[in-house]
Amino acid sequence: MSEFGFTPNEIMTIAASRALRNDDVCFVGIGAPSAACNVARLTHAPDITLIYESGTIGTAPDVLPLSIGDGELCETAVTTVAVPEMFRYWLQGGRISIGFLGAAQLDKFGNINTTVIGDYVHPKTRLPGGGGAPEIATSSKEIYITMAQTKRGMVETIDFFTSFGHGEGGDHRQRLGIDTAGPTLLVTDLAIWKPDPVTKEFTVVSLHPGVTRQQVQESCGWVVKFAEALDETPAPSELELNTLRDLQARTKAAHEGTGKAKAA
Amino acid sequence: MVKFLPLKQAVAENLNDGDSVAFEGFTHLIPTAAAHEAIRQGFRDLTLIRMTPDLIYDQMIGMGMAKKIVFSYVGNPGVGLLRRARDAIENGFPRTIEVEEHSHAGMANAYEAGAAGLPCAVFRGYRGAGLATVNPNIKSVTCPFTGEELAAVPSIRPDVTFIHAQKADKKGNVLVEGIIGIQKEAVLAAKRAVVTVEEVVDNFDDLHPNLTVLPRWTIAAISVVPGGSHPSYAHGYYARDNAAYLEWDEIAADRGKFQAWMQANVIEKNAGDFAARVDHLRKAA
Repeated sequence: MSEFGFTPNEIMTIAASRALRNDDVCFVGIGAPSAACNVARLTHAPDITLIYESGTIGTAPDVLPLSIGDGELCETAVTTVAVPEMFRYWLQGGRISIGFLGAAQLDKFGNINTTVIGDYVHPKTRLPGGGGAPEIATSSKEIYITMAQTKRGMVETIDFFTSFGHGEGGDHRQRLGIDTAGPTLLVTDLAIWKPDPVTKEFTVVSLHPGVTRQQVQESCGWVVKFAEALDETPAPSELELNTLRDLQARTKAAHEGTGKAKAA
Repeated sequence: MVKFLPLKQAVAENLNDGDSVAFEGFTHLIPTAAAHEAIRQGFRDLTLIRMTPDLIYDQMIGMGMAKKIVFSYVGNPGVGLLRRARDAIENGFPRTIEVEEHSHAGMANAYEAGAAGLPCAVFRGYRGAGLATVNPNIKSVTCPFTGEELAAVPSIRPDVTFIHAQKADKKGNVLVEGIIGIQKEAVLAAKRAVVTVEEVVDNFDDLHPNLTVLPRWTIAAISVVPGGSHPSYAHGYYARDNAAYLEWDEIAADRGKFQAWMQANVIEKNAGDFAARVDHLRKAA
């Protein structure tokens, strides 16, 4: 807990949640994206449509799912469809406004690696891989990314292109025939970043309360660009903080088997 | 025509060394009991196909049964990495395995093409993605009408598919509901299919007409195994055992601990042990 009464992780999740709109249809990744999307649903965006790749459409879980297929997601969904339908009709069909992803490695153009650290054939670390992300990254109208900043995570060159962001920058997406906007927002535990309109390089537009430019640079593997007019991210409101903390407490209890899973 | 068989016999009659096999279930209805029976029977040189390999393939890979894996997400969902699969890929332990990696969209389309009797699947995918450069089974085709370049992957046609489902009726028709995942496609794409179910009911007369039902003539064998998808869940029967998924991370992290766990919980057990494992989860479902 910082002197401000919230943690870097909390301001990251809350700042990300604020970027979601009530009429968004959001394809949700597990972890920080899932927390941000549900905080949005429980605060300013009660009608947001949350979709998880297990096929649950319009879900409203009481606790955060451990996996993309927890029973809670199906029980509270408007409908649940088969996985081929999920990817063919809903994602490829262009129905998703925001694809919300996390990253193990990220570069300054929003390209994401969740596949391997090191060489693909002889990896230093074999990560889980892409799952739905390669197509979420190109078929959703926009991509939001959230991750905690580290030099190992935010790198000049990613080891593997799991999900294509802006490639080498500029009009690289269009040159590949991809007509969606790609990454339009990055929210870290220190700052909010948006792509430069021309080069597409992520640029810091807002620092979280108490964060300095130097801190952002020290935990990032590329030379950071800052916007001329740099904002300060508004501190979390009491409602936002309480909503997030209640959600995480319910989730922790449920996943440890001390709450819902072993009740009665 | 479908046969109702004890699980041991259903697995022995339908799985062979060297087969390509899919144990499917997308986080829900994972056929754990069937996978454990396959482990007890000690099959070798299998090509394991599955969108999300999950704990059961971590276990089969760790026991040295896999020659190759075809997958799209080799993680423990929401927990982290699959440590036995990692050990095989990074260190060749207990044996080296071939890897064919896709995205979820690629696998889902490939199963659907298999069910449809097509040689390949065509979809808008893998654009700018590194997988297309390391997997020779990801190619592209040009739409003959618009000129758009699209991804193509070979269809998936397993020798045998195993799934778990809620109910069979007495004739052997099978009902799947909740998160239905890829199971219907995986069954229809396979040469043979084996289904474990929670229970057998007289008939499906009181069900509404749009539920997912696999007709009895699409299935080779059905085994009744209550709790057979633990630690995943069966919608309407028992909840997901999230604590078990968290525990697996520790068990699988250590080669010795893994072997001891497999001996005590798989090798020395049988399909009848699954019912007790979900007792405490039934109340929460």
